[in-house]
Amino acid sequence: MKDIEIKGMVSAHAIIAITILLATLAPTLFVGNYSVYGTHLVWLYSCCSAVAAVNIALYALLGVSPTPKRHTLSYKVTKLFRSFMYFGFSCLIFHGIVVLYGAPLIESALETFSFAVLLSTFTTLRCICMLGPNVQAWIRVFSKNGAMSIWDTSLQITTLCSVIGAWFGAFPIPLDWDRPWQVWPVSCTLGATFGFVMGLLVAPSWIYWYRKHLTYKSK
Amino acid sequence: MKKLPLLTLISWICFLFYAGIGIFLSGFLLVKVEVNRTSSCRDPLFSENWSLNIYSKNVSQNQLVDFCWSKPRFSRAVILIIDALKYDFAQFDSKVKDPQHFQNKIKVFSEYIRSSPANSRLYAFRADPPTTTMQRIKGFSTGSLPTFVDIGNNFASSAILEDNLISQMQKNGKRVVFMGDDTWDSLFPKHFQQSFPFPSFNVKDLHTVDNGILKHLYPSMKRKDWDIIIAHFLGVDHCGHRYGPDHPAMAEKLTQMDQVIRSVARLIENDTLLVVFGDHGMTDTGDHGGESQKETDAALFLYTPSMLVSTEQGLAEPMVVPQIDLTPTLALLLGIPIPYSSIGKVMVQLIPSGDLFDHNAQELQQAEALFVNAKQVNRFLETYSLVAKHLPQETLDHLQDMYLKATKNYIMLRDAFATHSPLNSQELKKLISDFHVYLVSVQEMCKVSWAQFHSLQIIVGIIVLVGSCVVCFIVSEFASIVESSYKELLFLAVFTGAFASGTVAIFQFFWLEFEAFSVLGTFTVVAQVAFLWKFNHLKNSNRYFLNRAVNIINTALKGELQMTSPLIVFMVFLLRCASLFSDSYIVAEEQVVSFLLSSLGLFILVHLTWYGNLLHSFIDGFKTTNPGMSSQQMAFVKDKKTMHVLVACVALLMFSLCLSHVFHGCRDEQVICTPSLFLAPLCTLQDVQLRNIHYVLSVCSLLTSYYLVRRWLCYYGNFNSHSLAVFVARFELPLLVVCICLFWAVSSTPEESFVNWQQFIRLASSVFPRVAFVLFCLGIAAVFWNPLTVFVKPKVLSEEGPITQSYRASGCVSPQAELQHLIPHIYQCMRRSYQVPKEEGESLKDEYYQPTVEAFGLGTVYSAPMLLILVLFQLLLALLHPEGLALSFLLMLLEAFAILQIHSKTSSLYRCRLYSDKFSVPWCVVLMWALASTQFFYATGHLPTFPSIQWNAAFIGFSEGHSNQVLPALLVLLNTFSSCILLAVSCPLLLFWPLICEPSNTAKSGSKLGELKSDNIPVMEMKLRDNPEYFSRALLQLMARYLFIHGAQLLASVCAAAILKRHLMVWKVFAPKLLFEASGFLVTSLFVIISLILIMRVDVCLTRWVKQLIPVDSR
Repeated sequence: MKDIEIKGMVSAHAIIAITILLATLAPTLFVGNYSVYGTHLVWLYSCCSAVAAVNIALYALLGVSPTPKRHTLSYKVTKLFRSFMYFGFSCLIFHGIVVLYGAPLIESALETFSFAVLLSTFTTLRCICMLGPNVQAWIRVFSKNGAMSIWDTSLQITTLCSVIGAWFGAFPIPLDWDRPWQVWPVSCTLGATFGFVMGLLVAPSWIYWYRKHLTYKSK
Repeated sequence: MKKLPLLTLISWICFLFYAGIGIFLSGFLLVKVEVNRTSSCRDPLFSENWSLNIYSKNVSQNQLVDFCWSKPRFSRAVILIIDALKYDFAQFDSKVKDPQHFQNKIKVFSEYIRSSPANSRLYAFRADPPTTTMQRIKGFSTGSLPTFVDIGNNFASSAILEDNLISQMQKNGKRVVFMGDDTWDSLFPKHFQQSFPFPSFNVKDLHTVDNGILKHLYPSMKRKDWDIIIAHFLGVDHCGHRYGPDHPAMAEKLTQMDQVIRSVARLIENDTLLVVFGDHGMTDTGDHGGESQKETDAALFLYTPSMLVSTEQGLAEPMVVPQIDLTPTLALLLGIPIPYSSIGKVMVQLIPSGDLFDHNAQELQQAEALFVNAKQVNRFLETYSLVAKHLPQETLDHLQDMYLKATKNYIMLRDAFATHSPLNSQELKKLISDFHVYLVSVQEMCKVSWAQFHSLQIIVGIIVLVGSCVVCFIVSEFASIVESSYKELLFLAVFTGAFASGTVAIFQFFWLEFEAFSVLGTFTVVAQVAFLWKFNHLKNSNRYFLNRAVNIINTALKGELQMTSPLIVFMVFLLRCASLFSDSYIVAEEQVVSFLLSSLGLFILVHLTWYGNLLHSFIDGFKTTNPGMSSQQMAFVKDKKTMHVLVACVALLMFSLCLSHVFHGCRDEQVICTPSLFLAPLCTLQDVQLRNIHYVLSVCSLLTSYYLVRRWLCYYGNFNSHSLAVFVARFELPLLVVCICLFWAVSSTPEESFVNWQQFIRLASSVFPRVAFVLFCLGIAAVFWNPLTVFVKPKVLSEEGPITQSYRASGCVSPQAELQHLIPHIYQCMRRSYQVPKEEGESLKDEYYQPTVEAFGLGTVYSAPMLLILVLFQLLLALLHPEGLALSFLLMLLEAFAILQIHSKTSSLYRCRLYSDKFSVPWCVVLMWALASTQFFYATGHLPTFPSIQWNAAFIGFSEGHSNQVLPALLVLLNTFSSCILLAVSCPLLLFWPLICEPSNTAKSGSKLGELKSDNIPVMEMKLRDNPEYFSRALLQLMARYLFIHGAQLLASVCAAAILKRHLMVWKVFAPKLLFEASGFLVTSLFVIISLILIMRVDVCLTRWVKQLIPVDSR
């Protein structure tokens, strides 16, 4: 049972990772003068949308997300609305935290917000996909003994890795190397993406390694 | 509470650190050896074997046997030094449409160059850093390079002992008249025939020096009883310091200077040389001292009515002239010997005299000048390498070869000229360039090798510092062992250290040279080793201690693991230390520190959530469907409140971190950066409305910080007492605030607007701050004299029962009412704890008679005076800063409050900790506190660079200057390290705050348990008094931890400076940072000890008070 689940996770994560790679390369065909540093926002949004689409599709197909209690249309619409609202909120909160961390307030507000959108895509969007728009469930998952399935564990790991990646991404900004990727927010977005991909890779292997120790409470 | 061990251990740690810093700095800060020889005209120019070879053949060639130029071109000179005359000021560009205030104001240079190009020259005049006035005067008068250490002499400028231009002038019978900056008088005492010095130190005074010079300059020039006139104008520099270059006052000043130069140039005669130069430039904010091009490039203008240079030659001239090159040039032009230790290169284009159109003769003369110059430099090198051994031998040999070859060529050519054979102009040119290369490479070698270090002292210093860190860490982690057996530990350490160092001293005394550093080094190293050995011994031999230690470590680890995982905290700390190894991170230190600080804040939140301490009941609350479980519901409500408070505090922390960036200054290295508007004194703001807004903001922030503290004292019932401390809080603090506000109002009035009130304003601007200083001193003395803020009131019996009840019921009653009931209760609890030794039978009776006294404010008896001291210091330091920074100080208060609240809330969330560990403050919070002190160093507008020191602080209250050096130094020190002072003084609050916040926390836990134990009655800080042993231990631990974090940062920056000592940025970034870090540590440790003494004083007073109380009570 568990092995099958792990295999499923490996393939799902591999698909997401490949999507990120493709989303990085694909714009060369459509956008002239494209480069990850030069036209950073193009890369960022292509990456975001690709990851979002693949995530939503994958988890809908895999049926990881909680089964809806009611099947009425209005319920679904409310759920969708709440999902969007939570995503927007998370973008705003990330934006606020990043500004408090010392990002320029006015000058490159668009870049900062895009970075917040990217972070939300890597973290909040996956939460919405897997757990639904349910803050209590999120808080449950992000506490010590809160994971109830290997998907929860993988969610913990990928979220942690993307945030830490973004955190480390801020480190090279003050250095005087004058590289194009030191410009705000390039290093942070790259760090977050790198962290996310690392999380995708690490999560299945970590779960596999500790599969004897991982015991999940039943739902 | 044990006082002696605490004080001795803390001072022992401080001593170890001081010794380490001292040893390291003695090896790291470069010292140039001064050569005390002087040149004279009779020095032989040719060594003897040459004179045998050559002069025997050509006896007629005796025109150049002595060291001086035989026929000086000029017999007199007028030297005008315009302090901070930047090269930009001297240029005239008619194309500039809308000139800034400093542009195109000095037209005289360009006019002369256009009208008489053969008589005048304008160069960019590049000074060597440090670009401070005294260093520069020293530099161009001796022709030598200053070293880093000399900077400190700017205040105590003592006479120059090295051979210099001025003493050469005096010796060779030139009559020197001096007027202007009085630094000259102290540098060259009794060198002048006449001198008119004026005080230079008061930066605000733009006109005294200049007007004084102008009064004497023209009469002196007309009198003709002089050979050299030196006039040093300070107005431009002071104007830059006060207003910055782009200000109407600067335009006025520069126009005045233009007029002065014009009239002087009209007055001089044919045999006189006019030299006008700036000793250094200035940055865009008007400061100087660093090595950016804006600071080093000044203007040099030369003019004489007779021919100065041949015009055709002018094309090949260099446009930039190093400052030390002026020394040999002036010496040769005036016919005096070049100073002995000068390494300057003569400006050959000015040398030719006589027939300006005979090309060969000119070049020969240039070669001759270069030859004299090279001879003198070579002689200096020979002497210097005998005195000091650190010049690299290979380079010296190579230079010697170059010199000998060039000299030989020169003599051959000269012989050829003497015999009237045709000169080979190619060879002559080559010879000149050979001399050039020689002189330039000597300059380069000296620049490099005067940056020489003593590696032994550097290594010993680092070892001592590492040892101090280890000792400090052990004291902080094993506080109980160290404290209980401190006598043995320290005795052994000091004894063995003294023995070893004594041996070394005797050995050195008899067989070697005596060196203080090695004795000190041996002492500290041996003492540290003995300390560690004894400690290890104690730990192993004494099972009792071992068990206890293990116990404590276990509990500490458990607590820490739960509280905040030490790994992350350690990693953040490591990152902080590692950031000191990179110049970019030091430049961006402000951002680095606040980044780490907000990460720590967020980390605490995340960590609490992860372990379910924060939101555990949040979920439970949602999950519980059983309406009967009211207690859990209540706990949920309380926890939710705690969570909200915590989130709010973290937000406040991050917000104040973010806001504090508003007050930053700018380093030279930060290109796109404008310094904060708040950093400029109010009087420089030209917009009246903006000035008013700033003033109101500053006053409001002062009032707010006073109000907050007053509220706090009221809330905890400390305000009713009749003690002196409360008197200070009640009357003196408001008076102090009023004084400061009035001073700001007076000092920010623009000088022009109230001409009639000039006298009054001057008086007021010195009276108000002095009154404030006196009030501050009185306040400190009063708080130390009578620190108890306890109000005692005799009370009627029989209210005991209801009081407790009513307190517990009063969850959300107004604070005043709460206070009325809370405090007597505390006192009863305290009383009970004092009567534990009494028998049980009696205690029942006692309890009945007990509540005869009511005491207010006992719960915060320790922290109230700490807070008072904190506010007193805050007000004083705000006074010493520019007005706008009062806001920043308020922000600091808020940030400290946020950290304290986070600390107390998190520690209340972990209720499972053991009693022994109860008071210990976790590393995480101490690290946050230390980081905040670094961060507010920047947020109060300071930077770890010398030019950014706010010298203006020395004149607050003393606008006429000082008679001694101590007071200004103290004021500047207080100003620079204000954040270190405030956070070090208030460091013990970290220990007290969780106890103060206890009532709300324990009330919650009690209600959660659903039972009310009598132990749970809040006693706040009296708990510390009940457990004096734990109290002193926790205090020792806290202090040692705080010192350890600062010490480890110091160690990191010491290591960075030592490892990167050949780095490009070492004198610009690392060495200043190291010095600031070291002085910051000094100040921090000093004020930590002061706060320790205050706590002890409170403890003593409390003991006395209780003793007084008991006999009254037992009647």
